[in-house]
Amino acid sequence: MSRYPAMFERLNGAGAFGAFLMLGDPDLESSARLLDAVVEGGADMIEVGIPFSDPVADGPVIQAAAQRALAAGVRVGDCFDLIAGFRERYPNVPVGILTYANIVVARAGFMRDAAEAGADSLLIADVPALEAAPFVRDMEQAAIEPVLIAAANTPEPTLQRIADLSSAYTYCVSRAGITGTHAGGEFDAALIDRLAAAGAPPCIFGFGISAPEHVRAALAAGAKGVICGSAIVDCAQRGGDVAQFVRSLKAATGNESATQ
Amino acid sequence: MRLNGRFGRFGGSYVPEILVPALEQLEAAFLNAEDDPTFAAELNDLLANYAGRPTPLTRCRNLPGNIWLKREDLLHGGAHKTNQVLGQGLLARRMGKTRLIAETGAGQHGVATAIVGSLLGFETLIYMGAEDVERQKLNVFRMQLMGAEVVPVEGGGRTLKDAINEALRDWSASFETTHYLLGTAAGPHPFPTMVREFQRVIGREARAQMVERFGRLPDAVVACVGGGSNAIGLFADFLDDPVRLIGVEAAGKGLDGEAHGATLLRGTRGMLHGAETYVLQDDEGQIADTWSVSAGLDYPAVGPEHAHLKDSGRAEYVGCTDADALAAFKALAESEGIICAFESAHALAYALKIADNEPESAILVGLSGRGDKDVSQAQALLA
Repeated sequence: MSRYPAMFERLNGAGAFGAFLMLGDPDLESSARLLDAVVEGGADMIEVGIPFSDPVADGPVIQAAAQRALAAGVRVGDCFDLIAGFRERYPNVPVGILTYANIVVARAGFMRDAAEAGADSLLIADVPALEAAPFVRDMEQAAIEPVLIAAANTPEPTLQRIADLSSAYTYCVSRAGITGTHAGGEFDAALIDRLAAAGAPPCIFGFGISAPEHVRAALAAGAKGVICGSAIVDCAQRGGDVAQFVRSLKAATGNESATQ
Repeated sequence: MRLNGRFGRFGGSYVPEILVPALEQLEAAFLNAEDDPTFAAELNDLLANYAGRPTPLTRCRNLPGNIWLKREDLLHGGAHKTNQVLGQGLLARRMGKTRLIAETGAGQHGVATAIVGSLLGFETLIYMGAEDVERQKLNVFRMQLMGAEVVPVEGGGRTLKDAINEALRDWSASFETTHYLLGTAAGPHPFPTMVREFQRVIGREARAQMVERFGRLPDAVVACVGGGSNAIGLFADFLDDPVRLIGVEAAGKGLDGEAHGATLLRGTRGMLHGAETYVLQDDEGQIADTWSVSAGLDYPAVGPEHAHLKDSGRAEYVGCTDADALAAFKALAESEGIICAFESAHALAYALKIADNEPESAILVGLSGRGDKDVSQAQALLA
C-alpha cells in the first residue's frame, strides 16, 4: 500500500493534517529542522514547495518564502536532498511536492528524481486538468502520484477528468484566489459531494486554513483532511513555535494519534 | 475550450485550475463576437472615429533604401496597443464585467487600458512594478488622469513580469466581475489568438496600402518583438505571401552577455505566464532578469505564435542593440521628422541594415509607437 492510503487507514476516519513548507526557506538547515517540527507537532502528511521565481498561484507569504529560498541559493537538487533526508527520518509520512510547470520541465528526469528522493505525489500549480495528461503520464511512469486541484467553480466534466487523473488525494479549493486567501471558515460541501460522485480520491481542503475552527469547518464539510501553508510559513518566519502551532491545528482534526 | 490554443508545440493554458473557467468564458465570448456583425460594427466605428484608423503608410523620403513605415505612432494613445484594448474592452462589456485589470511595464498598455476604461465606463486597476512606477511617473499620472488606479507591485524584481504575476493573482479571485486585459499576444489561450486578431488590422491595412501605392508587396516586413503583439498583427496577413517576415528582439547591451531581452534568440523552451514558449531562464527554470533600453521589449517570455514561427522557419528573428536602436531613433528624427518609440527604433535599425545591403528592397517597418515617452531618456542618452 502506498503511503497516502496507509495514512488514511491509520487515521481511521479522523481528518488528516497536512503541513506545507517551502523547501530551503530560509536556508537548508533550518528547512530540515522545520520539516521535523511540523511532524513533531502532529502533521500526518507534509507538502513541500520547490521554489519558483514567478509563483502566480501564491499569496504574499509563500511568494516571500520562495524568494528567501532562492536568495539563499537553494537549487532543485537541494530540495530533493531535503526530501531524501526527511524520508530517512520518517519512512511513513507521505510527502507531496508542490511546484510550477517551468521547474518540472526544466529538469530532465524531474519525476524520477522526485521518486528516488522519496516523494509520493506531485501537484503542479499551473497545470490544470486541461493540460495535465502528459505530466500525469510521466508521473505514473516514475511512480509519483498525481494531485490535481478542484475548485468550487470547476465544471462537472473537468471534475470528472480530475477524478480520473489524480490518485493520492484531491486538493480542494473552496474560494477563488491564491494561497493564503481567507476562506472565512466557509467550505463547500457540494464540491466534496460532486467529487465523490465522480470517484475522485479523498478530498483535502487547502487555501486559507489558519485556525482550528477552519480545520473543523473543512472536515465538517466532508473533507478527509486539510493542508495549512501560509499560516505555518508565517509562524516560522516570525520565529514562532511551529510544532506548537501545528499541534493546535491538529487538535481540531478529532484524533491526535501520531502517524509514525 | 473550443480552439486548441496551440501554435505547433507552443501555447496552451498553463494556469491554476481556478482560472480555466474564466479563460473558457473569454474564448466563448471572443468566438461569439467574431460571428456577430454588431460587434465588428462597433469596434470598427471606434477604430475609425475614436482611434483614427486607418493609420497612414509613410514612404521615407530621406533615409537610404526603400523604407515604408506603418504609422501606428499616429493612433490615439500613441501606439498600436489601442487597437486591441478597444476589442477586449468591448468583449469585457459583452461578458458583463464591470472592472478591468491590466499589467504595464513602461506604462503604454496601462495608458491604453485606462483609455478604454474611461471610454466604456469600467473601474480600472493597473498593476505596475514598483521600480517602473518610479521610472515612469508621467505615465502613472496619465493613467490616474483617466480615472485608473495604479498599484505598485513590490514582489519579485518589481518590473513587468511581476506586474503580470500580480494581475493573474488578482484575476484568480475576481474573474466573476473582472476582465484581465492582457497587453500582448502572450499568456494563456485565448489571449495570443485573440490579441492577434485584434491587431491583424495593422498588417491588413499595410498590405493593401503597399499594393495600392507601390504596386506590389514589400520584400520584407520588419517589426520589433517584446511580447510580440505589434509584430504578429503586422505579420498575420503576410503569412501566405512570398515576403520575408523579420522580428527584431532587444539585444540590449549585447547578445553575448545577459543584459538583453532576446527571448527567441537566447531563450529555451519553458512555461511562463500561462503559455509554453521560449523563456529567458537559468538551467533550473528560474526566470532571468532582462534588459533593454526600451521597456516594451524588456520581457523574459514571448508570444507562443512567434515561438512557432521561429521553429517553423516562416519568420526570422534577429537582435538589435540599445546603441543601434538609439542611432535609428536619432536618424528617423533627423531625416524624416518623426520621433518614434525606442521599441519601434529596433525594427527601423534592422531595416536600415537591410537597406544598406539591398537598396532596391522594399521594406515595410511597423512603427509601433511614438517616442514622446522616451524623449527624456533619449535626451540623457544622446547628450
